[in-house]
Amino acid sequence: MTQFNWSLINFAWLPILPLIVVAVGAMGVLLAGVQVDDEDSGALGILTIALLVFAAVLSLLLFGGRPSVAFSGALAAGGYTAYFDLLVLFAAAMTALMSVEYAADQGLAGAEYYALLMFAALGMMLMAAGDDLIVIFLGLETMSIAIYALAGFMRHDPRSNEAALKYFLLGAFSTGFLLYGIAFIYGATGSIKLEPIEAALSRPATDNALLLAGVGLLLIGFGFKIAAVPFHMWAPDAYEGAPTPVTAFMAVGVKAAAFAAFVRIFMVHLGPLGPQWTMVLWVMAGLTMTVGNLAALVQTNIKRMLAYSAIAHAGYILVGMTAAAAPRAGGAILYYLLGYAFTNLGAFTVVVALERRGAIHDNLADYRGLAARHPFLAAAMALFMLSLAGVPPLAGFFGKFYIFSAALDAHLLWLTIIAVINSVISAYYYLSVLIAMYVREGGVEPAALRTRPALIATLVIAAAGTVAIGLFPQPYITSAAGAFVSALGNAPHHHVVLSR
Amino acid sequence: MTAQFPALALILLFPAIGVVFNIFVGPRAGRNAVNVAGTGVIFAAFAVGLWAFARLLAMPAGAALEVTLWPWIIADQFHTAIALRFDALSAVMTLVVSGVGAVIHLYSIGYMAHDEDYARYFAYMNLFALSMLVLVLADNLLLMFVGWEGVGLCSYLLIAFWYGNAQFAYNGRKAFVVNRVGDAGFILGILTMLSALAAHGVWTLNFAGLQAHAAMLAPVATMAGLLLLLGATGKSAQIPLYVWLPDAMVGPTPVSALIHAATMVTAGVYMIARLHFLYALTPDAMHVVAVIGGVTAFFAATVALVQSDIKRVLAYSTISQLGYMFMGVGAGAFAAGIFHLMTHAFFKGLLFLCAGSIIHALKGEQDMNRMGALWRRMPITYATMLAATLAICAVPGFSGYFSKDLILERTFEAGDEGLWLLGVITAGLTALYMFRLLFLTFHGTSRVAPDKHVHESPPVMTVPLIILGLLSVAGGWVELPPGWLWGGAFSRFLMPVLCRSRSQAAHGAAGGALGVVAMLATLTGFLLAYILYIQSPALPGRIAARASALYHLLVRKYYVDELYNLIFGRFLFWGSTNVLSRGVDSGLIDGIVDGAGLGVEAAGEVTRRSATGNVQVYAFVYLAGAVGIAAYYVYLVMVR
Repeated sequence: MTQFNWSLINFAWLPILPLIVVAVGAMGVLLAGVQVDDEDSGALGILTIALLVFAAVLSLLLFGGRPSVAFSGALAAGGYTAYFDLLVLFAAAMTALMSVEYAADQGLAGAEYYALLMFAALGMMLMAAGDDLIVIFLGLETMSIAIYALAGFMRHDPRSNEAALKYFLLGAFSTGFLLYGIAFIYGATGSIKLEPIEAALSRPATDNALLLAGVGLLLIGFGFKIAAVPFHMWAPDAYEGAPTPVTAFMAVGVKAAAFAAFVRIFMVHLGPLGPQWTMVLWVMAGLTMTVGNLAALVQTNIKRMLAYSAIAHAGYILVGMTAAAAPRAGGAILYYLLGYAFTNLGAFTVVVALERRGAIHDNLADYRGLAARHPFLAAAMALFMLSLAGVPPLAGFFGKFYIFSAALDAHLLWLTIIAVINSVISAYYYLSVLIAMYVREGGVEPAALRTRPALIATLVIAAAGTVAIGLFPQPYITSAAGAFVSALGNAPHHHVVLSR
Repeated sequence: MTAQFPALALILLFPAIGVVFNIFVGPRAGRNAVNVAGTGVIFAAFAVGLWAFARLLAMPAGAALEVTLWPWIIADQFHTAIALRFDALSAVMTLVVSGVGAVIHLYSIGYMAHDEDYARYFAYMNLFALSMLVLVLADNLLLMFVGWEGVGLCSYLLIAFWYGNAQFAYNGRKAFVVNRVGDAGFILGILTMLSALAAHGVWTLNFAGLQAHAAMLAPVATMAGLLLLLGATGKSAQIPLYVWLPDAMVGPTPVSALIHAATMVTAGVYMIARLHFLYALTPDAMHVVAVIGGVTAFFAATVALVQSDIKRVLAYSTISQLGYMFMGVGAGAFAAGIFHLMTHAFFKGLLFLCAGSIIHALKGEQDMNRMGALWRRMPITYATMLAATLAICAVPGFSGYFSKDLILERTFEAGDEGLWLLGVITAGLTALYMFRLLFLTFHGTSRVAPDKHVHESPPVMTVPLIILGLLSVAGGWVELPPGWLWGGAFSRFLMPVLCRSRSQAAHGAAGGALGVVAMLATLTGFLLAYILYIQSPALPGRIAARASALYHLLVRKYYVDELYNLIFGRFLFWGSTNVLSRGVDSGLIDGIVDGAGLGVEAAGEVTRRSATGNVQVYAFVYLAGAVGIAAYYVYLVMVR
């Protein structure tokens, strides 16, 4: 009788379908939690993973889709958004997977844990999709508040409380910077949407001082989220204190989402201002790599060491952003983040494997003898450490290779040299983990792996990815490069030349 | 001319099967299965190498066999494939690596007969051989780098093999990190070439492509050449990155043989020869290569004179011999450098296996002061070690004679008389330290602990010694002086690949005279060794006492380890501990905060602060960064 209204399908909510799935799913998990005993929280974990995978499949369907904007330019759909959606959903699903047994053992039971994980993922996806500074800000806050809560989820552990408090205090601090930055940019350009902002850059009437103030404040705000030096100091404490799967999610998911927005704003839309911000990023990249790697040298706690390692890796990615003038830089960053995600998720999974309720075995000394007792666990950890150190043909090597070669294309010779020297220094502390594992005496006995299939699954996925992304990088490179180009396609005019 | 030859992949596949088998099945399959599989796969790889070699000989000069396994990276115009290339140069390398490697594997069966971890040992050995074969067969720089890092990693694994001992693990890490320093040079060198070519719209990293576009590399040739040289000094243990090699001695002795003879250390020389077209563009970089080689050869030989650990003497001897190879390639005599690489693989592999045989017989004793008069009890080991010693001392007729003589001659022809002289003096030192080693272990009076029953090693160990002994004698006959029988067959085989080497015809009267001078130096070294260690064994001690400053300088290896440790180790760790970790948390920044009057409350409340973990300090650093960025933008705006 009545014809079905197809225009409803074409309505802008199609691009946000994955977001809707995650948002509704999170609430669903909360509701389901009422029905499920705390002992059965594993079922909630599986439900969470299923929902995240469903959202990921939807994103994948959108991956090839033509770049388009939704909600009158507030959200961008297309390859770039979908690439980061997949990355974030993958990180969230892996976090849930490594949490299944961990949460039960540590008494993190409850639907809140998984729901918060999904809300954080929702925020991250908004950040990736935002084509509008306010949307990006909303996503960032959604993510951050969920992460603050997750970091302090072990309510009886003072370290966890401390982690959450510090992260929250400094996070609130940087929220102020970010919001001020948005306000200044709005003041200078008359818009909060990225495309009009970009268009305004070429107008002579645009107030340069106001604009630069906004740019500077944004750099600080994002610098905090990616833990760039000197805005990094919260990271080691927060990483150490947070429940380990949450740490993994912070290292991978938060970082990916922050870079998603950071790269979109700066490399895609503020390109014409390049000379004004690449100099700051140059210094920030150099400091971040150097401080991160040097401080990691003397760490004896593995989570702290991985925190400094994560800082250093943010530095390498910043090298890629500094090289914005090179056409390949964007693809290189996206590819780097992918390899980094697999490798870090794997490394933290090994850390999870050694932890048991009431016994947080996260000191390097606890890893002694692991190779003899659990050769596969040790071999996996060795693989992840070598990938982080950038040994070919693992994922970590090609990421670095792309970024460094993009940096040379952009004539950043000295920054490249600093980066390469840093990757030499980093080999030292990554190998310390290997040494610990291969020294026979001491160490702790992890709970039998046989009883933890989810943990093994996480490890296998992470290890397979770390090898495959390095050995068969082609599809990932193509997707990464394509995704970045699709973000450029969203922008009104292409511009790649911004060298000084 | 190139031909497709898919069987090349088997050269890599066999060792790869060995790795997988030994890791996953080995521990359950038992010792015999591991011995057969671990050794067999390398012999199989060698056999395929011979097959490919036969194919190559049947083709016209300058031909190559190729196979592309899969397209690896295609980013925009940049294409790189996992592809193998078997030309004259990689043929020589493949045969040396797999051939000498196979013999060392065979020997390992006997050497590791009492070790429980044999499966893991063979897995690492296979992985080592695999990595080295990837390195030599790679048709592009990126795949070469995979093998390059792979051998570094395997050396780490094998040095740290007896991992109950933390010290071994640290030595392994030292080897890896020092190699990473070299790798930094390598990767920067690759990137330099890549960007130089990209400026002309050429995107390639495979050797044929690089050579075809060599002219575009001219502007960056010196820089790229020097950066790659840094990489080469790391792998091939040259100044300034040689420090890891002597410490690499703590691994099992066959591993030392593998590192020193067939794999790893030869990588740097091979890489420079592989990139001869790049180095041909830059006489400056070439000269640096030659000088580093000459100085390293001399320097390492002096250190070898006074060491008492048998493996340590051999380690410095390796560094010294690699110096000769660098001299050779630095003088533009790429074929001569590769020739010495090959003969060195024979005699140095043999020397290490002989040392292993001695150490095995003496139940782990490595100090030459507790050896002596072993020749009667270990006749095969003695005979083969004597052959290797004569070869390394370049006694005419033995393999080392032909290759070392050629290098010295080419160096002289290239106009580097100074380096030539250094090489000749080093030849004398070589004879001195090698015969010192031989006399201290096999001759004189026995200083062996009385409870040790010295015996000759089993056939599975002595057969490899005999094979390598024959090669040490005859391996050099592939390159005879012009006019003798087949003449310079080895150079003729390599020449189309390495193209222009300087004057060929100089084997004349000058060549003969130069050879006589080098021989006199060797003879002097031998006589000195005879006087010092046979005739009057008390003399060395008296000399050491008289010239104690010099003696200690040599014993402590010129204090280079201490120096590096001070500069790099201590400095970095001091900075990391005191400035970045402890300093930033409590000391330094607090001082600034207090001093600036910003942290009034913080001053007396140590407890509370540690509970809150210095949030105010973190915020202060944050603000300082923000102020820095703000200052930059204020500056930008004001300048406008």
